[in-house]
Amino acid sequence: MSFKEWFVKRSPLPEMWREHMAEYYAPKNFNIFYYAGSLLLLMVVLQFLSGFLVMAHYIPTARDAYDSVYGIMYDVHYGWLMQYMHVDGVSLIFILLYIHMARGMLYGSYRSPREIVWIIGYTTYLAFMAEAFFGYILPYSNLSYWAGTVITSLFKSIPFIGHWVTTLVRGGAGMSGDTLGRFTALHVTVVFLVIVGLIVFHILYLHKVGSNNPDGIEIKANKGPDGHPVDGIPFHPYYSVKDLFGFGVWLTIFAAIIFYAPTFHHIFLERTMSTPANPLKSLPDVTPPWYLSPFYAMLRAIPNKNGGIILMVVAVLFPFVLPWLDKNPVKSTRYRPITRIMLIIFFINFFVLAYLGEQPPLPKYFFPERLGAAIYVAFFVLLPLVSKFEPTRTPPARVRFRAH
Amino acid sequence: MSDETQDNKHAPNVTRRRFLTALVTVSGAAVAGTIVVPMVKSLDPTAAAAALATTTIDLNPIEPGMQMVALWQEKPVIVVNRTPEMLATLDETAQKGLLKDPNCNVPQQPPYCKNKYRSRVPEWYVGIKICNHLCCIPHYRPKKASVAPWWLGGFHCPCHGSMYDLSARVIKGSPAPHNMAVPEYDIDMEKKSVVVTKMYPLAHLC
Repeated sequence: MSFKEWFVKRSPLPEMWREHMAEYYAPKNFNIFYYAGSLLLLMVVLQFLSGFLVMAHYIPTARDAYDSVYGIMYDVHYGWLMQYMHVDGVSLIFILLYIHMARGMLYGSYRSPREIVWIIGYTTYLAFMAEAFFGYILPYSNLSYWAGTVITSLFKSIPFIGHWVTTLVRGGAGMSGDTLGRFTALHVTVVFLVIVGLIVFHILYLHKVGSNNPDGIEIKANKGPDGHPVDGIPFHPYYSVKDLFGFGVWLTIFAAIIFYAPTFHHIFLERTMSTPANPLKSLPDVTPPWYLSPFYAMLRAIPNKNGGIILMVVAVLFPFVLPWLDKNPVKSTRYRPITRIMLIIFFINFFVLAYLGEQPPLPKYFFPERLGAAIYVAFFVLLPLVSKFEPTRTPPARVRFRAH
Repeated sequence: MSDETQDNKHAPNVTRRRFLTALVTVSGAAVAGTIVVPMVKSLDPTAAAAALATTTIDLNPIEPGMQMVALWQEKPVIVVNRTPEMLATLDETAQKGLLKDPNCNVPQQPPYCKNKYRSRVPEWYVGIKICNHLCCIPHYRPKKASVAPWWLGGFHCPCHGSMYDLSARVIKGSPAPHNMAVPEYDIDMEKKSVVVTKMYPLAHLC
């Protein structure tokens, strides 16, 4: 008996390889949007590596945190590279998350039987938000300090126990070194592990029901004599090789950003990150990072403290029920022109809200912010009605695919 | 067009595939290498740690026969102001054949300290006070017969009993293989100060 036979007999890995790679049949008509998933996986691995290496030099105390981050930038060999990889990686992850979610919305990937895949995926997005939030508290710059103060203040709106929860989260009456300690712990252990676990479940649940495709039709409904979908191709080697190509292109973009525009015009890394925390001096304007600012714009849109927070929470939670708001038998918006237009308006509106959330809190922005919030909510409210009555084209019986 | 006719039309070109696979493997390894090197490098001592590399020791408070220990790069550096009597013991230990390496042939010290004093200036011994055996810190025992009846003064390690003379040359019968290490240093007898600059790269600390 060779070593290979001896090992294979005892190992679950060959079976897992077949189930999830070599014999996982994916639709053959994937387009460019389908790179986002594998790229996210790559980015999480890179965040883990760069995060581990900056953590090796980071000191989570109120007195030393800020200087230790500058130490990473100036004193650690290639520390600037690890730091920028970690900082810019966050923005790239959110770009990919938004592409990935927009893809799912365009082609109806959240629809039956993939509701759980969607819910796990959206939960992962929320976990990434938490991870990003804890992450940008850690340098303990003045932005970190005030962002932490503002976000932890949100808990005060919880009825009855709000103040207790806020104190618990902060580890004191206000932001302090104690907050930094628990946020560091959360950032590197709990939230990170939750993200990894959710990603594993996201993939397992996806592989149980199979991937959707741009035409939104089930390839499993049409199986060949070998029992495999006629319109499916094995993930390995077809899509693994394709994804490898995507890695190459994406890493080139990533490297170009790190080397030539690490702050990306102060969008990926805000100017206010470069002054140390000062409890006596608020920032000129407190704006969240670009990937959270759409929700922040909605928070500001309502001139009532609890009202704004409720709108923001509702806006964040709405996508969870998306699978049940869409009533149309056709999944892909390729065959649903009205929903497609609604979606495109929704996406544009989301980025307009992101822009508005970055602006100073001036009255001239209140109207656009309220309009943006209304469009955001209107999409979810109108979807059940529109999807029920909209005219659709008949999707094809087989996926549309032209060999290269 | 069915899949079969497609396959016939594009019969796999094996040589081309092998070349492309090799190309991807090599360029992939190059990319991995370029990022792994900075990643591993980032765990090297930082520039800030390197900036703490030198220590200046003021010799003025150290009276003849006295010693002082200073912290240099997280290591104790001992400076001994040796009296003429103490310097005389150095010849005695060598003549009695007590030493493993009386002429300091093993490069445990910079070339300018390769003498029986193991120092730039005979009176002033500057060395790292770490036992060459397993990194313990030996005790300074200058008094005669303080460790054994034949003891002429030197260093005695509390961990495994290694013994050294007053130039930190290891005495036969000790588990330590070599003399204690001497770092690179500059001594300014006018200002009476020593600057410990860096570890002598050939020296074996422990």
